[in-house]
Amino acid sequence: MKLLKNLVGWVDERFPLLDTWKEHLSEYYAPKNFNFWYFFGSLALLVLVIQIVTGIFLTMSYKPDALFAFASVEFIMRDVQWGWLLRYIHSTGASMFFVVVYLHIFRGMMYGSYRKPRELLWIIGVVIYLALMAEAFMGYLLPWGQMSFWGAQVIVNLFSSVPFIGPDLSVLIRGDYVISDATLNRFFALHVIAVPLVLAGLVFVHLIALHKVGSNNPDGIEIKKHKDANGHPLDGIPFHPYYTVKDMVGVVAFLIVFSAIVFFAPDVGGYFLEANNFVPANPMQTPAHIAPVWYFTPYYAILRAVPPMFGSQFPGVIAMGIGAIAVVFLPWLDRGKVKSIRYRGPIYKAFLASFVVSFIGLGYLGMMPVTPTYTLISQVLSVVYFAFFILMPWYTKIDKCKHEPDRVTFK
Amino acid sequence: MKLIKKLWMLVLLMAIPAMAIASGASFHLDHAPGNLNDKASLQRGAQFFAANCLACHSAAYMRYNRLMDIGMSEDEVRKLLPEGSKLGSTMKAMMDSESAKAAFSVAPPDLSVIARSRGTDWLYTYLRSFYVDTARPNGVNNLLFPLVAMPNVLGGMQGEQVLQIEKKEGHEAQMLKLTTPGSMSTAEFDATVGDLVNYLDFMSEPAKLVRYKLGYIVLGFLFLLLILTYALKKEFWRDIH
Repeated sequence: MKLLKNLVGWVDERFPLLDTWKEHLSEYYAPKNFNFWYFFGSLALLVLVIQIVTGIFLTMSYKPDALFAFASVEFIMRDVQWGWLLRYIHSTGASMFFVVVYLHIFRGMMYGSYRKPRELLWIIGVVIYLALMAEAFMGYLLPWGQMSFWGAQVIVNLFSSVPFIGPDLSVLIRGDYVISDATLNRFFALHVIAVPLVLAGLVFVHLIALHKVGSNNPDGIEIKKHKDANGHPLDGIPFHPYYTVKDMVGVVAFLIVFSAIVFFAPDVGGYFLEANNFVPANPMQTPAHIAPVWYFTPYYAILRAVPPMFGSQFPGVIAMGIGAIAVVFLPWLDRGKVKSIRYRGPIYKAFLASFVVSFIGLGYLGMMPVTPTYTLISQVLSVVYFAFFILMPWYTKIDKCKHEPDRVTFK
Repeated sequence: MKLIKKLWMLVLLMAIPAMAIASGASFHLDHAPGNLNDKASLQRGAQFFAANCLACHSAAYMRYNRLMDIGMSEDEVRKLLPEGSKLGSTMKAMMDSESAKAAFSVAPPDLSVIARSRGTDWLYTYLRSFYVDTARPNGVNNLLFPLVAMPNVLGGMQGEQVLQIEKKEGHEAQMLKLTTPGSMSTAEFDATVGDLVNYLDFMSEPAKLVRYKLGYIVLGFLFLLLILTYALKKEFWRDIH
């Protein structure tokens, strides 16, 4: 014990170990009224760690070569000790990352976590989400199945619709005129080193920004307004031990769901692992139906809902891109007097609900083949999706808000 | 305000039927009677697979010694080994893919993960849906996979089927009728194909045999841990009011 103390003392003279511990854990005061929705931030961090650790081990047996990639994945599934488990944890982790992040973003929307002073925190979060999409997209090419190949083909082709530079841009991304071994190699490099580095850095910045401004809470009021004699918020409690022990419950509950998927239904009926991806990539044979993995389908549906204009798909690509980053504008679109949905009026609630319906509906339609009816519904839902953002300055202003409490509600 | 509520209802009303519409008309698949715990069935399937399928198809990711996972002894596995293969060799086709391509115009697909890409119900239905069609080069066609290049390898066991179009309640239904019996009765043949498909399911993911078992242990552990962590949280949070 004395040895440990001496060691900590030795380090602390050379590195702010105890200060860091205090600032970010034992003396980081978080509101005491966090509810269920506040688990998803720490869970996202957990999934990031899971993905990095399983990814390291998968990299040891995977071969980023068009001739061997598919076979090497089967090698991992059959011949590598516990390879099947690593691979299923990684594939389940990819989808669960999006489940957790979508719920985390939705939490922010419900309780107005993007509002002043947390705009920068919010922007960093959206950039993390974009990096995550890039990471998932490139990782999906690696098993080199039919869906890997053709999904990548469809998405990279979107870039060729950009005016003037499009064709050159798509060649730059692929490293070839079609998806090929060159594409697989660069996507592998980006997936295992470039994007994870960016992600880790952004997550660090996200946390630092959070601890600077402090956490929001389900009441959407600032706990820093009421402090005790020591300068600690009256409604705040130290993150450690209170939220570390609470998050442990969330982690275990999450791992139960996660393990149920990994061990009993890793395909999740074709949503997490598509059946067609167990056919090796064949550039000569286009599958009848190409759909991205579920977490991209809302934006894919928006893309397909926009008709080509002037003989170009570009307007659809723009709509898809704006759809994916639209939440970044929320801090400047929201004119509401209160932050939290608890004290918002009925108009905001109706708009938020219709936004959720449109997002889920578009996600479903993005997986379906194109029919005139589906296209029409996609168009209606796309309008609803964008109306949530475009009309926000208006409806948040006229909405009748309830009176915010002075202190957080905690039973 | 009322307008917005109405608009929202409209969106809901439009979205719900969209979710309800299934992906459209698809061929009715018979349910494959598979059971991965039935080692005898898996072994019969493995024997049948080695005798009938490996002539043209490969299973390039499947090693012979994995058959010991389904309870076969080393000697039984050795009996299945083609000349020059070792216990740890992968399952290669007897026919090389060039001559197979010349014979059938397409190379027979590798079957290692066929049960994952097609599904067991599809395979079970497909293998039982061949019928006589003199217009085809090999004399047969398939109801589930029209214009299929594969000859009806199992025809001698199943017998010959012909296609009949029956009118049912105004709809035309395609039916297969057995005209010449094969070496097996229909029930025997269905059971044999069932064993084969069961084996294909195992071969597509040998880890499945341990995956479920391990899953129960992991979930059991996590539920215990959930109780402990919840109790810990309760204890720590007692003094927060």
